[in-house]
Amino acid sequence: MSTTAPENSPLRRFLHNLLQSPWHVRDAALRSGLPTTDRTRSNFVFGNVFLHLHSVRTHRWSLRWSTTWGLGLAATAAFLIALVSGVLLMFYYKPYPEAAYDSIKDIHFVVPTGRFIRNIHRWSANVMVVAVLLHMARAFYTAAYRKPREFNWLIGMGLLVVTLGLSFTGYLLPWDQLAYWAITIGANIAQSPREVTDAVGITETFDPGGLQRELLLGSDIVGEEALIRFYVLHVMLLPLALVSLLAVHFWRIRKDGGMTRPSDADQRLAPKADVYPVFTEAPQKTYQLAAIVKGASPAVGRGPENTVPSMPHLFYAELGVLMLTVLVCLALSMISDAPLKELANPSVPENPAKAPWYFLGLQELVAYSAFMGGVGIPMIVVIGLGLIPFLDREEAETGAWFGGPGGLRLVARSAVFGLASVLGIEAFAIRFGWLREWFPEIPQLVITAVNPGTLLAAIYAAYSLWIVRRYGSARAGALALFTCFLCGFVVLTVIGTHFRGPNWTFYWSPADWPRH
Amino acid sequence: MTPTTATPRSRLDPEPVARRDFLGIASLASFLAAMLFAGLGVLRLPKAAVLASPAKKFSVALPDSLAAGEAFVPPGRSVAVFRDQEGVYAVSLICTHLGCIVKPGQSGFECPCHGSQFAADGSVLRGPAPKALPWLAVSVRGGECVVDESAIIPAGTKVSG
Ligand code: HEM
Ligand code: FES
Repeated sequence: MSTTAPENSPLRRFLHNLLQSPWHVRDAALRSGLPTTDRTRSNFVFGNVFLHLHSVRTHRWSLRWSTTWGLGLAATAAFLIALVSGVLLMFYYKPYPEAAYDSIKDIHFVVPTGRFIRNIHRWSANVMVVAVLLHMARAFYTAAYRKPREFNWLIGMGLLVVTLGLSFTGYLLPWDQLAYWAITIGANIAQSPREVTDAVGITETFDPGGLQRELLLGSDIVGEEALIRFYVLHVMLLPLALVSLLAVHFWRIRKDGGMTRPSDADQRLAPKADVYPVFTEAPQKTYQLAAIVKGASPAVGRGPENTVPSMPHLFYAELGVLMLTVLVCLALSMISDAPLKELANPSVPENPAKAPWYFLGLQELVAYSAFMGGVGIPMIVVIGLGLIPFLDREEAETGAWFGGPGGLRLVARSAVFGLASVLGIEAFAIRFGWLREWFPEIPQLVITAVNPGTLLAAIYAAYSLWIVRRYGSARAGALALFTCFLCGFVVLTVIGTHFRGPNWTFYWSPADWPRH
Repeated sequence: MTPTTATPRSRLDPEPVARRDFLGIASLASFLAAMLFAGLGVLRLPKAAVLASPAKKFSVALPDSLAAGEAFVPPGRSVAVFRDQEGVYAVSLICTHLGCIVKPGQSGFECPCHGSQFAADGSVLRGPAPKALPWLAVSVRGGECVVDESAIIPAGTKVSG
């Protein structure tokens, strides 16, 4: 605590100021003193450039665990960890083919704490992907994409794509066998529209696939041009894109009125003793601004009932999620090392050559048709997800978990249906093979159009349309389709990760793989 | 230039753009147009003018002991060269599915990545590969074969020499 300066001698004043300087620096930084009253707590938030992405008061509904499970925050925290560890790795990493492999080996075996930083970078990236996927699922199941949050759902889709792009570009950088062959396959997936243009015979004049591959690799092989492109994307362009999209994402959360909550949220929350029922010390500023701003602002015409100051209630919760995420990443990095195979060898493919695990569901589909599995179906999924908020214009049960006609029972039934179809189709294709095995002369276009991937998508779509008719509700159809999609994603990913061995043959366990 | 017939402007006519405003708008518009065209031009930057890649043509001496129909893979190349009674021929080993390197076996080729299988002439037997393995141009010069990986020729073309 600062005390008033003694008047008498200049030297004593000097000494006194010197000793007090830490507190004065703190006061200068805080602008309005310690956050001890509701008013200074508000000042604490809107006087700080980072914190003022939050509103000064938070509804108690938003703070319930079951509202968000902190998943968006966990994704943010994982991203921050990856950012910090990634910058540290950049001090040693050299983006040039053979040097790249050697520098990663150095980081792993020689650089002090290098292996730890490399591990935590890998693990935080994985944690981020998991958190983003779960976060999307929670935003979907609580119908949080509805008006006025449609746009933020689209920004979220952008974040999903950029997150996956970051993982994919990072995968090449170690320049080992795993990296080289995963990227070779990835680049050829980018080229796979040729599967169709070749079959129609127009590749000479119209070749989007070839162009995509060339833009990605900067060459017709995976070489130094590809490595530098992936490096620039991984350390500059994609992180910048992610941060920009995140800024919009967070800002819109605030402008759209905080977390989605059910219309009866206030009744459902038990009364809380220390919540002010009306304006007391709450700052007038924000609410006055909201009143003159045109358009529907969520704060207009509503008092701060059932809200608590964001400092400390929200910030401590956020800090808790951050600490938990750090803890998980730390523990994983202690338990398991990031992989590093032999130096990339363009004449001997890794067998099996597997992409990162979250792409293995797609790789499973790619093993039937490169174009459909790698380009067609992902595009259908992204467009379908993006359309959800614009097809479901209903209002009932917004903000409630599994809210909508049918509710949790419909979700459970769709899960059973979704699992049964994907397991059935996969079991059939693994046991009996697919079209070319029975009719060797069959045209490629038929296989591109009819394969386990497209069949599954068609079955899911038909089932959801039937649900839309049956319940007379687009939300019911969306619940069915999203649940089926999740089941398909999980099953295909597990098959691709665990049950596929050398030559992409089915094995019950990796222990059965032939040794060479 | 002054207009020769000066009709008085009605109050209902829109205000003419003042000269200073006009200059401002014109310079802003030309600036935006210049940026737009420069931007469109620079879009071509990521498409390399010359694809840097190792030479596609190489020569190789086949060992005398090479049996008819047995694959010879020159080190570091993704091509199998064969010799039989009718002559010499080369088949690309890059899988037409997603670009893994196929393994030559007794009666054809197998891909380790997604299990495509090809007959000895490169045609697809099973798996996801959409096309046959291409045959590559070979010429025989002295005792050596020159293979051009960028020249695809009809399957079944063999050169004697
Ligand atoms: C890098 C990826 C992402 C990050 C870091 C992120 C972060 C966040 C955070 C911190 C919140 C606040 C609430 C919470 O923690 O759940 C949030 C809300 C939201 N996010 Fe994301 N998000 C990401 C991706 C996505 C994706 C993929 C979607 C969906 C396609 C999405 C849609 C939404 C929506 C609709 C909300 C508002 C939820 C509500 O009002 O209840 N986000 N996001
Ligand atoms: S790359 Fe050969 S089967 Fe997929």
